[in-house]
Amino acid sequence: MIGPAGPALRLGPALSTAWGRRLDLSAPVWALVAAFLAILVGLPLAFVFGTSLQTAQLTPSLANYAAAFTDRDLLQPILVSLGVGLGVGGLSVLAGAPMGWLVARTDLPGKRVIRNLVLASFVTPPFLGAFCWTLLAGPNAGLINTFWKDLTHSATPLFNIYSVGGLIFVTALYCFPFAFALVTNALELISSDAEDAANGLGAGPLRTGFTITLPLVMPAILSGFILAFLQALTEFGPPAILALPAGFHTMTTRIWALFQVPPRLEVAAAYSVPMLAVSVLLLGLQKRLLARRGYATVLGKSVARRPIGLGWTALPALVLCYGVLSLSIFLPYFILIRAAVSRAWAQPLTLANFTLDNFGFALFGYGATVQAIGNTVRLGLLTASVGTVLAVTLAYVVNRRAIGIAPLVSALATAPLAVPGIVLAVGLFLAYTRPPLVLYGTLWILFVAYLTRELPVGFAQTVNTMRSIHVELEEASRILGGTALRTLRDITVPLARTGVAATWCFVFIGAIRELSASILLFTSQSRVISVVIYDLKEEGKWEVISVLGVLLLVCTFAIVAVVNQLGGRASSPQVERWNR
Amino acid sequence: MSPTLTSAALRPRTAEPAGASVRGLCLGAVLCVLVAGCTGATPAATTQTPAAANTQAAASGVSQTLIDAARKEGAVVWYTSVETSVAEEVARKFEAKYAGVKVEVNRTGSERVMQRVLQEAQASVKAVDVIHTSDAGNFVDLKDRNMLAKYVPAAVEKYPTNFKNADGFYFVWRSSMSVPAYNPKLIPAQDTPRTWQDLLDPKWKGKMVSAHPSYSGTIVTWEAAITDLYKSDFLESLAKQDVMLVQSAQDPVTKVTSGERPLAINGTDYSYFVDKKKGNPVEVIYPTDGSPLVTSPSAIAVDAPHPNAARLFTEYLFDMEAQQTLVDDGLYSGHPDVKYPADRKKLTDLKLLTEDDLKLQQQAEELKKTFTQAFGA
Repeated sequence: MIGPAGPALRLGPALSTAWGRRLDLSAPVWALVAAFLAILVGLPLAFVFGTSLQTAQLTPSLANYAAAFTDRDLLQPILVSLGVGLGVGGLSVLAGAPMGWLVARTDLPGKRVIRNLVLASFVTPPFLGAFCWTLLAGPNAGLINTFWKDLTHSATPLFNIYSVGGLIFVTALYCFPFAFALVTNALELISSDAEDAANGLGAGPLRTGFTITLPLVMPAILSGFILAFLQALTEFGPPAILALPAGFHTMTTRIWALFQVPPRLEVAAAYSVPMLAVSVLLLGLQKRLLARRGYATVLGKSVARRPIGLGWTALPALVLCYGVLSLSIFLPYFILIRAAVSRAWAQPLTLANFTLDNFGFALFGYGATVQAIGNTVRLGLLTASVGTVLAVTLAYVVNRRAIGIAPLVSALATAPLAVPGIVLAVGLFLAYTRPPLVLYGTLWILFVAYLTRELPVGFAQTVNTMRSIHVELEEASRILGGTALRTLRDITVPLARTGVAATWCFVFIGAIRELSASILLFTSQSRVISVVIYDLKEEGKWEVISVLGVLLLVCTFAIVAVVNQLGGRASSPQVERWNR
Repeated sequence: MSPTLTSAALRPRTAEPAGASVRGLCLGAVLCVLVAGCTGATPAATTQTPAAANTQAAASGVSQTLIDAARKEGAVVWYTSVETSVAEEVARKFEAKYAGVKVEVNRTGSERVMQRVLQEAQASVKAVDVIHTSDAGNFVDLKDRNMLAKYVPAAVEKYPTNFKNADGFYFVWRSSMSVPAYNPKLIPAQDTPRTWQDLLDPKWKGKMVSAHPSYSGTIVTWEAAITDLYKSDFLESLAKQDVMLVQSAQDPVTKVTSGERPLAINGTDYSYFVDKKKGNPVEVIYPTDGSPLVTSPSAIAVDAPHPNAARLFTEYLFDMEAQQTLVDDGLYSGHPDVKYPADRKKLTDLKLLTEDDLKLQQQAEELKKTFTQAFGA
């Protein structure tokens, strides 16, 4: 286990100087946190690499890699995944970038509503979206297709959701918010001077847009493309729901299939490595993209600017925005609620077809849901609480440079971003199904998975929050004799309260909807809602799934509303970004 | 029991001496009993008394000691592949009968049940008490790995020999057929396929749905039977028909009734029976070239965390009340006293295709591979 031991050893000198300088408990606590982090992230990955280089009989071998790149059943999903990623990246940018520009730069009416609806798309679990779209655009029974066939008397469906195109389309609906957020963010930081100058020299809004604004936000657009690409690459729900019925695999579903009887875990580990590599490479590229440009015109502060008057073009602009949002939010939610109160979802919703029995069965008749709801809530609370404490501690270390290992901590806390959920799950499964630490079979393995997955989000959020707090207050505390830990507790945390609360909420939302890692890690005693929904999907219990889906969404939006409340009052950058 | 129906008439393999089927649940005799029950020739026992349980070996039967011990354990964890509402119904009835012993139902496909059992064993997680799947080969495998406890519930004494694993490790809890079905609103009865070969007609391209052998033990059994009948070429031709793939054998019926695919290739007949009863548009087809019969055993895990509750539950599963529940839900039972619904298909009228557990165990891996390669996922 090189991973966890390495950083822990390197802590030595930093630890001793820190200890010598201030005689309080801070340094050992930081060291412990760093070591914990190293194990959290390092151990599963060490197991993925280790296992990938072994045969089932534990002899060293490269055969697993050979299989991953020569076996047609394994090679083809790689190509499919890359294709889907490119498609999703492209579509996300096509939808997200213009919408981001409209919201950030124009006088489009109802911008705040659009922002909130994009946020709603963002927090909708993609597996739920994919599920809804099978009801909407299944080639024969899908509501849109039956409507189309009635209208045109055509024998062929308008759109078959069970296809590569369908998979790209649905995944993009829940990935475009990345491009939207990045572009909006960038535009809000760019001064409009150059655009005003172009306008003054007689360039129309379109020309200004393409010659001035577009090049300025290009890094943000590329960045959005990369994030959407990665999200699509690592998503499990949509391909499991849309690709498998059509007879093709993506990399995630293939990894999942390798766990089936007879299991081929070594191959699964080897197959995870290229996915991890692509992820690491692309995130590195994205970081460089954003850093290299440096935004000479990006001042880092919002500046007052004149919104571009859209005039009559506001109408097509609104059609674009609400068109996209209909596809990601309105239509899916409509069909979900409709199915939840139907006896048979494909039949017209008449009084005879209306029922509330689904709620009864889902909540009381089906033993698994009660247990799963309990587990999900427990895991959500635990992950959010521990995750927030951890994130705050880490952000504090990094921001205030409490010890000399801040860059390492920062890297470790951000690293899970590059680890696809299913790859993490493969690693956790391999690491924690054997002594000394058998977490498999308990909620703890899911907790470790969720904590690891949500850490980068929580960390980024709290780092931003910390930055907005003046260091002078903390220094005053230290001068008056407060230890670093006490300062953190009495000064920093109270000041950062709202930002921290928002972090808690985001981690909670992330945890209650997690599927790609849970699907490999759950056991009968540790089922969660997402897994139960997936199990029911395979049995075709659609009306019950809809009930659980509705509940999951209600819960999610309740939390988002809380975040919005907090954001309205205080200075959490991530929330503000959505709310402004 | 209908005396005219000898097992040999249904399946030549049953002509072998009894010793030959020590491991294989050789199904000829099974059918004989199923058929007898289905024709309603035997009067049903209306009540089940504990006294009926006294003929078996010492460990077997429901004694007060067993009930008390089970209550002390408080719960039984059941990994099962039977359809969710059937599983929940059986569980609730058991809980009503033996207050204080809760049944934790974990329903998923047979192959997923097997995956969980094996993964948990590998991690030394002792969670499961009673295991039930529709892939009889799973039980050969589990027994070979010494993962099953030997236990003979009292009621199986009445069951035909070939419903039983001769060593006393597992017994067939229920039986069903994996056959096609169609939506009568979308396909007129006269146009429906009559044989498996009819499914290869180009007019069904893009209109069919199949469940998956990597998920469903029912489909493993179906594939084994179909491959015996027509070699794997049949699957390859079928795959060219643009077939929609679902996972569970319970799912094709939802695709048929919703109209997403008007014709199901396999699935399971009890789901069609139940859905039709609910008023949904679905009709079963029994192909003239044979209906694959699926047998689904049940066993107790050797490391069961609630061993007494597991025994009590197993007694219950094979006893009259649970078996009648299954039969009412469209399944076939080995219990001679069950009463079949009047509208249930009689097995005497059908040509049945049967597979034995040993063969399934040997072929399962290859069957799954063939299917995945033919259909792409």
